[in-house]
Amino acid sequence: MYTQSFNVPDNAGGKTVPLAPSTEDPVLQAAFDARIDADGRIEPQDWMPEAYRKTLVRQISQHAHSEIVGMLPEGNWISRAPSLKRKAILIAKVQDEGGHGLYLYSAAETLGTSRDQMLDGLHSGRAKYSSIFNYPTLTWADVGVIGWLVDGAAIMNQVPLCRCSYGPYARAMVRVCKEESFHQRQGYEALLVMMTGTDEQKAMVQDAVNRWWWKCLAMFGPPDADSPNSALGMRWGIKRVSNDELRQKFVDATVPQAKVLGVTLPDPDLKWNEERQHYDYGQIDWAEFWETVNGNGPCNKERLATRVKAHNDGQWVRDAALAHAAKKQAREMRDAA
Amino acid sequence: MSAAIDYLLHLADNALVLGQRNAEWCGHGPILEEDIALSNVSLDLIGQARLLYQLVATLKGGDCTEDKLAYFRETHEFRNYTLLELPHHGPLSGYAQSDLDYGTTIVRNFLYSALMALLWEALEKSANADLAAIAAKSLKEVRYHLRHSRDWLVRLGDGTDESHARVQASLDHLFPYTQEFWVQSPAEAAAIAAGIGVDVTTLRADWDAIVDAALAEATLQRPAVGGYVTEGKRGIHSEHLGFLLAEMQSLARAHPNGVW
Ligand SMILES: [Fe+2]
Ligand SMILES: [Fe+2]
Repeated sequence: MYTQSFNVPDNAGGKTVPLAPSTEDPVLQAAFDARIDADGRIEPQDWMPEAYRKTLVRQISQHAHSEIVGMLPEGNWISRAPSLKRKAILIAKVQDEGGHGLYLYSAAETLGTSRDQMLDGLHSGRAKYSSIFNYPTLTWADVGVIGWLVDGAAIMNQVPLCRCSYGPYARAMVRVCKEESFHQRQGYEALLVMMTGTDEQKAMVQDAVNRWWWKCLAMFGPPDADSPNSALGMRWGIKRVSNDELRQKFVDATVPQAKVLGVTLPDPDLKWNEERQHYDYGQIDWAEFWETVNGNGPCNKERLATRVKAHNDGQWVRDAALAHAAKKQAREMRDAA
Repeated sequence: MSAAIDYLLHLADNALVLGQRNAEWCGHGPILEEDIALSNVSLDLIGQARLLYQLVATLKGGDCTEDKLAYFRETHEFRNYTLLELPHHGPLSGYAQSDLDYGTTIVRNFLYSALMALLWEALEKSANADLAAIAAKSLKEVRYHLRHSRDWLVRLGDGTDESHARVQASLDHLFPYTQEFWVQSPAEAAAIAAGIGVDVTTLRADWDAIVDAALAEATLQRPAVGGYVTEGKRGIHSEHLGFLLAEMQSLARAHPNGVW
């Protein structure tokens, strides 16, 4: 799954990165611009402006980190899944998110940054990841709601990226999007079943929707007026559709689904606007969003510390694998000699 | 029929309990690839458990389901090997806590997979056709689990001084629990008599060969065994299974009429 973070600069107070005047070779720059304008693909061996490369590394690695950190809130319920079927579905889903992390780290590596460097960015707190994962999963219904709404929002964000100008990223997104839409349907289906159950189960679903709805709207990032980073992303074919457009699309798609499910979306201002042919919705709490992006949400410290601990606790295992590979190679070379 | 049920529950509980343990690594593996690999192992084991519980539910009839068997039996009704319920760390009392240790996980998966690669193969000839079919499917899966855990056993044993010492300690801790494999339970005896089950003691020489070859490659010492022989497959468990089940069963039991 994924997030708003395309528009969130790492380690900045959360606002904007100014566009520096290009110091690149004008001929190469012109060829690159022409390729972008023609909707062509940029491949790893092609020339690209440094700023484009840096933006992509930041965006793809944030996306990869989001997949990995995103394993934790849902992983929280694997041991307690209420049926064996749901346990298997959840393990497979969390495993898919790990797989997304792998493809994305690989895509970012084609730009010349190693997975270790990217992980170092995450573990040191320099790199961002989707702030949706800084909220706790309090009941089993959260697992279904995350599938339905968080993976659902991720799909809205990511489908346009399948046409992104950078080839390896676009191709990774095609595969990721297929799996995310499967997650979305599975999450929704799990909720439909719960809504046929006991009153406690129905209340659990409504409570989870109440807690996640606004966080999901914020996943699309700040309003277009406040995200100048988006404009540059659009120019480069890294971002194709604006935050507000994506958010509107998500709201419009979700309202009927909530009706079928039998839950209320917690927004008194949510209503159909005949003139716009869209749903109007209320004010998102951006102050809370930025607090969470900047490290002060309910679970930021726990999520990051858990990733750091897994990495540190696994150091001896990775060291052993390297040492064994080196010994094996030395033995083979000796035998060949 | 009861011979078949008791025997199938032993096989199912083995798979579920170890599947539950392997899933504890999800999100915490030493490297992303291993998170994914252990999730795979866990998924295979839970899939095996489901098929076996479904078969038991059919044999029992009435309103029995796979989830009733997994979520609404008590600790002493579980028939898994004690080895499989232990936490991923060295010997500690039931309510003590410690970090997950990858060496413990790998050694356990290896010792069990080496057995199951032989047992599922033999069970392909079970007189119970449904069990034979589950065995054929499980055999493919366990061969992968065996290769995965064996590869890591060798890497850790023949890796650094630290990894060698750690994985030898895991082996010393877990190896005595394998004695339980070779002591026949009444359920196993009944299943063998009925032509459904396999006499595991006939697989022992092959298991020894698999284990000894891997330990030699990993430069690890096979521990001496003796002393207490665990009896998990007869329902007498360690202190750890109660905690594992309390967590696993908590939500299902809080909503006994829930639909999921
Ligand atoms: Fe994902
Ligand atoms: Fe997903």
